[in-house]
Amino acid sequence: MDGTRDDPEPVLQAVGIDKYFGPVRALTNVHFAARAGEIVALIGDNGAGKSTLINVLTGVLPHDGGEIVFDGRPVRLSSPQEARALGIETVYQDLAIAPHLDAVANIFLGRELRLPGPLGALGFLDRRRMLKETEEQLGRLRVRVPGLGRRMTTLSGGQRQGVAVARAVMWASKVVIMDEPTAAFGVAQTGQVLDLMRQVRDTGIPVVFISHNMPHVFEVADRIVVLRLGEIVEELDPKSASIDDAVRAMTGSTRFTGVGIKAEFVARTGEGRSVGNA
Amino acid sequence: MATPNAGSATQQPAVEATPIGQRLAALLSSGFTFLILAALCLVFAVLQGAKFANPNNAQNIAIDASQLLLLTVGVTFVIVTAGVDLSVGSVLIFSAVVAAKVMVRFAGSAEEVRAYEFPNQEVAIPLGLAAGVLAGTAWGLLNGVLITKLKMPSFIVTLGTLGMALGAAQLLSNGTTIPNVPQDVQLKLGLRELVGFDVGDYRIRLTPPVLVATIVVVLAALALGRTRFGRYTYAIGSNAAAARRVGINVDRHLIKVYGLSGLLAGVAGGFDLLRFGTASVGSHQADNLAAISAAVIGGTSLFGGLGTIGGSVIGAFIPAVLRNGLVISGVAPFWQQVAIGAILILAVYLDQRRRRAEERM
Ligand SMILES: Nc1ncnc2c1ncn2[C@@H]1O[C@H](COP(=O)(O)OP(=O)(O)OP(=O)(O)O)[C@@H](O)[C@H]1O
Ligand SMILES: [Mg+2]
Repeated sequence: MDGTRDDPEPVLQAVGIDKYFGPVRALTNVHFAARAGEIVALIGDNGAGKSTLINVLTGVLPHDGGEIVFDGRPVRLSSPQEARALGIETVYQDLAIAPHLDAVANIFLGRELRLPGPLGALGFLDRRRMLKETEEQLGRLRVRVPGLGRRMTTLSGGQRQGVAVARAVMWASKVVIMDEPTAAFGVAQTGQVLDLMRQVRDTGIPVVFISHNMPHVFEVADRIVVLRLGEIVEELDPKSASIDDAVRAMTGSTRFTGVGIKAEFVARTGEGRSVGNA
Repeated sequence: MATPNAGSATQQPAVEATPIGQRLAALLSSGFTFLILAALCLVFAVLQGAKFANPNNAQNIAIDASQLLLLTVGVTFVIVTAGVDLSVGSVLIFSAVVAAKVMVRFAGSAEEVRAYEFPNQEVAIPLGLAAGVLAGTAWGLLNGVLITKLKMPSFIVTLGTLGMALGAAQLLSNGTTIPNVPQDVQLKLGLRELVGFDVGDYRIRLTPPVLVATIVVVLAALALGRTRFGRYTYAIGSNAAAARRVGINVDRHLIKVYGLSGLLAGVAGGFDLLRFGTASVGSHQADNLAAISAAVIGGTSLFGGLGTIGGSVIGAFIPAVLRNGLVISGVAPFWQQVAIGAILILAVYLDQRRRRAEERM
């Protein structure tokens, strides 16, 4: 079993990150790492700063202190493209898809394939090749998107999310970050996404997984990092810690120990596969 | 999906069943404007017979529609990005005035020109037309820069440049029609028969304005529908934040789009000289709204992300056919505006209904 603390070198690392929104301190001295071969869950209450940390790590937002280390080198990410160029792919909480375009167009958005020859030089798109590559990749990942040629507005919320997840997994070469990727999913699709995360992890690409769903987190994560009010307060090992421990760490109290949550956890995992990883 | 084992658990029959119905509904309502155009032609043809339905008249309609067509094409790109360009009519006027002034200035000495002699017109006419196109492009780029760099709504910026361009055109022309423009711009260029053939008693001529408008329409349709430029135009109108996240340089693209709209308004300004041999500041002041109406009638959504050049072409031909048919029928052509207004409301209503049906999840 991998996932022990200091095995491989971190691929992507936040070192003492501070982030302010005006006077509001959203992140305080955050240390966070994603290592090859692990799914690291980032959990915390609403407004804890999870999305902000992701936005900093992917070049969407500038940070005010600390640094980002990628493959052992400090990097400055001043735009999301720079993060993508490094092989960091993200499913953003707001999905970042263009709803009037179809799935293929969204998957290739910003990296369109052009026709060979002079037409391509003029900017003409190779729509057939983009469709073919999308089908191949999605098939390989065993992701199903109904109607690849349909406008995203005509897909359900879960299906849109499926496209966003597929896009990230398809292009990532170094790190995949997923901010609430299962929020709109039904049971079957959630199982698919969790499987997908394991698949990606097993190819050696670390996965950062943000979710409010503790059963999901405990099902797939190799390591759980808890953020509270912009600070990392605890790191949990899902094999030894309980959901109660996680909730306590997130809320900073013991008042909300949820028997209900635990029951749900058992029910969910009982229906599917074993909790352990491949 | 090709893989046989793909998603055994995720069958979604309810969602899979809709596309055919959806596509039918989409076809019906996007075909609606085409039906209106066809119905108008049919009605006038039945009522007026060969007076309306003859090749010469078709050609008149095409020439009449050519300017609005150019403006509509430019405005379509802008509206697809979820913006609007109110300045195109004024920019057209400004470009026409600049083109005319440059022609007058370079066609000969002041005395020669006043005596209607234009020794240098071979140079002056193309120079003037080019200056007009450049002037239009400059206004468009200015719109784009102000909108993106000052982060101002396009409605406000182009409302501002609408006034500025019109005022500047009036200053340049002293508020009147520019005198002493070389007549050959109209007689030898605008009315030039590039290709001509006889159909019965009628002679069909392909003239430069119609040729240019046709080329612009074809290129624009390809650019919007088939190229990366078009794809980015839709993406920005659909979700600008997402476009930014995937690395599209949204500001630069928007500047290009507004520049294109200005450029086409500049070309349309040149058409004033080709068609009428002069530039006047009195007309075209409502062309901006006509172009926006045409684009919207043609299915372009003011909220961005939707629209096609084909639809806009139909939208631009409806007023031309109406005006022409009403004049031939001896009806006051002002009815054209009344009808266009009604068609606009109806088209958008049907479009909204279709979209609501399509997007309910
Ligand atoms: N653009 C912004 N401007 C000002 N404040 C912001 C901005 N984005 C986030 N914040 C603030 O920063 C804090 C952290 O927000 P963030 O979105 O990172 O939380 P989160 O952990 O992702 O929450 P959730 O689980 O609800 O998604 C919050 O207090 C939020 O109000
Ligand atoms: Mg969040």
